[in-house]
Amino acid sequence: MRTVPRRPLAAAGACWLLLVTVVAVFAPWIAPYGSEDTDLGVALTGPGRAHPLGVDPLGRDELSRLIVGSRVTLAGVGIALAVFVVVGVAAGLVAGYLGGRTDRVLTRVLDLVLAIPAVLVLLAVLSLAPGGGLVPMLAFGVLSAPVSARVVRATSLQVREELYIAAARAFGLSAVQIVLRHVLRRVVNPTIVQAAIFAGTALIVQTGLAFLGFGPRPPAPSWGGSVQDASEVINRDPWLLYPCGLVIALTVLAFGLVGDGLRDASAGRWATERYLPSRSRRGAAAEPDAAAVLLSVRDLTVDAPVGPLIQDVSFDIAPGEALALVGESGCGKSITALATLGVLPAGLRRVSGTITVDGKDVTDPARLAAVRGRRIGYVCQEPMTALDPTFTVHAQLAEAVRHHRGVGRAEAGEIANTLLAQVRIPDPTAVAARYPHQLSGGLAQRACLALALAGDPALLIADEPTTALDVRVQAEILALLHTLRRDRGLAVLLITHDWGVVADQCDRAIVLYAGQIVETGPVEDLFRGPRHPYTQGLLAASRSLADPDAAPPRIGVAAPPLVTIPGVVPPPGHWPTGCRFADRCPHAAPACRAEPIELHRDGPLASRCVLSAPAPTTTR
Amino acid sequence: MVTVIRRRLVSSVLLLLVVSLVSFLLISLLPGSPAVVILGPNASAAQYRALDHQLGLDRPLWSQYATWLGHAVHGDFGSSWVSGQPIGQELAQRLPVTLSLVLGATVLAAVLGVALGVQSAIRSRSARGAVDVISLAGAAIPGFWLGLLLVTAFAVAWPVLPATGYVAFAAGPLSWLRSLILPWVTLALGGSALIAKQTRDSLGEVLGRPFVRVYVANGLSTRSIVYRHALRNAAVPILTTVGVVFVGLLSGSVLVESVFALPGLGSAAVNATTSHDLPVIQAVAVWFTVLVVVVNLLIDLAYVRVNPRVRIS
Repeated sequence: MRTVPRRPLAAAGACWLLLVTVVAVFAPWIAPYGSEDTDLGVALTGPGRAHPLGVDPLGRDELSRLIVGSRVTLAGVGIALAVFVVVGVAAGLVAGYLGGRTDRVLTRVLDLVLAIPAVLVLLAVLSLAPGGGLVPMLAFGVLSAPVSARVVRATSLQVREELYIAAARAFGLSAVQIVLRHVLRRVVNPTIVQAAIFAGTALIVQTGLAFLGFGPRPPAPSWGGSVQDASEVINRDPWLLYPCGLVIALTVLAFGLVGDGLRDASAGRWATERYLPSRSRRGAAAEPDAAAVLLSVRDLTVDAPVGPLIQDVSFDIAPGEALALVGESGCGKSITALATLGVLPAGLRRVSGTITVDGKDVTDPARLAAVRGRRIGYVCQEPMTALDPTFTVHAQLAEAVRHHRGVGRAEAGEIANTLLAQVRIPDPTAVAARYPHQLSGGLAQRACLALALAGDPALLIADEPTTALDVRVQAEILALLHTLRRDRGLAVLLITHDWGVVADQCDRAIVLYAGQIVETGPVEDLFRGPRHPYTQGLLAASRSLADPDAAPPRIGVAAPPLVTIPGVVPPPGHWPTGCRFADRCPHAAPACRAEPIELHRDGPLASRCVLSAPAPTTTR
Repeated sequence: MVTVIRRRLVSSVLLLLVVSLVSFLLISLLPGSPAVVILGPNASAAQYRALDHQLGLDRPLWSQYATWLGHAVHGDFGSSWVSGQPIGQELAQRLPVTLSLVLGATVLAAVLGVALGVQSAIRSRSARGAVDVISLAGAAIPGFWLGLLLVTAFAVAWPVLPATGYVAFAAGPLSWLRSLILPWVTLALGGSALIAKQTRDSLGEVLGRPFVRVYVANGLSTRSIVYRHALRNAAVPILTTVGVVFVGLLSGSVLVESVFALPGLGSAAVNATTSHDLPVIQAVAVWFTVLVVVVNLLIDLAYVRVNPRVRIS
């Protein structure tokens, strides 16, 4: 429970519960008056020095009644809680650990018990067992136990499948030993969370029954009974309603806070990436830029809590051009694409950089939003999860078309069908009526392409569009991309690690390493004479895959052939000051590690390597 | 789709049967003898036997259940032990009160909860904190106490609404509405907190799914992404919670009907408890189960509407 102090609300809740428990235990010694002593002379006099919480209609001190009443109230909660935990854990462990038929039967029974209207069973119990007492709360514990049993069952089902349990079984431990030693430990946390939440409910039920007059026999005090007493005089004096109600509400709240705190502590923070752009005001006016460039990205830097993910990435794409973004996983290719579109996952932040589309600065989120879909389309790696599973392909396409082109419903439907035909879907009308889960990967990726084209964009950003597909379908999708480029004059930013795709599809390529551009230039030149050892390594690895006999590219002096690049990309936050590739580079020299390396232009290529840089003596 | 509904229907009827049996047995097996409870502890053994015979309690359990069930399916739940009046008719008059109360409160809780949950999922961290506080308070304040607070505020201090009583819809829709506003708010608050939390969690999860990124990246409007696509994908757990909330509110209605003196099923059960009128409680239990089963069936149908996978397979 070391985590609780870091959660002030949960700590406050725990303190309150402790206080209430202590008060209940020592109630007779703490209470300033006898809880059943009446003094009609001061009835309903309201809070004052002698009676801090006022006096009830029968002249009894309200504070004393609440203090003493806490005993029966908390005892009821305690009974219900004990039964809830014991019965629930036992049933859950048996069902979850034994599994099979026992599990099926028990699960059915648990579901049935949950379907029984608990309050009415309690009333039935009360009608036959007059005088209240703890029996109804015991019954409530039993009737609610399936809630805890379900959680325990789910956890133990999961634990049962884990390796160390199989190992324990192999060592000959009996089922009972395994459950007691291993499974029980794992269900403790979820059970405590459930118990805290249930305790709040039990308290409301206990006080509710007492409020209805099914609590301890009058004049014995209880919290719910105090609410009942107060309710009879609300026309004359509403004050009495507040102390008893607040005590109940605060205690239920405390149970809830402790439960939430424990759950957060055991489950970790609720941290889902969210892609919705945050609202923001529009920024500076657009700077006119006369160049015939479609998209221009300058000095793009994206930060994560661990450190920068990409740094000062700049590139241009001309209309109709195909630019490849190459590099190993974790080099920042996808982040570059997402930052360009302004759709970074939650937690990541673009800290610098400008984005210009058609010569207009669209760095501002609102402007960038206006460009998405209409000037730039986006296709991702996993077509099967890239569409909304609850709408048909046609409905999704038509919505996007209507949104981007402002056409009517019927026309949008027509255009959607045309788009499906353009992405070469055989029998477009049949496919359009399907839901995403009814599509094959290839069909789904074509549908995604159609969606990306719904706004008739001039540029398509495709993030490894073929990686998740099988080889034959890959070729089809690549051929389709090629056709779309030719027919629509579509520019493409293609993220890939397949050099064959780069050679086939792209005019220029950017090689990213550890968040930096390490080399860029026309694809032909890159293939013929890569300057940067990383590019050389990637190419050699790709060639040795494709053709084991091919000679690796060389640089200046004879280099050992790199078939695989040893080592891994340094993770963000652990980038060296000098060349980030130095640790894996066969040519690394002390100069490489001294200071950051600049991107040097050398002929058609620009690369970030001291070997390709002009020697220091020749610079002026 | 039809088969799905048929299968659910069959299982619902089965569930109803089993639940009626279980609640019948539970009540029959409870400690304490009804004759002793009704006649008091000082009657003679012959008097107890005579009453047992009159109530049919001396017959075997299965025969008691069979007779009771045979009548119950026709809406005949026997006669009250106390007044001797037929229970079925009495409860049929009370059903619309409970239905108005609980259905209205469920709708209110759902609307409020989803609205709150959506805001909490898409707004900043501080807004999320505010929603947390509201939901915690909603879950912590006991309904019967909240009801009394609302009465002191809106019926006593500032008398704009009736404090207690129920007006039938047929007697005047406006009066009906006015008589239910405070009970609805009282019941709905706790439920809306639960729905808000579920909405925030499942919507938050859906907003992290790849298709949302694809949609945003392809320029679809945030409004459509949140309300049309994400909410629909998040709908199944939210609907489940609405079903759970309905069951909770049905239980809560027992207390709230007492607070507001509404002549519904719950207050009938409470009165019967005081007068040891077991058959009335039994009958209310069956009615409650019927309501739960019907609502769960409706929610199943709603699942089918929002989830194409269920619809087709």
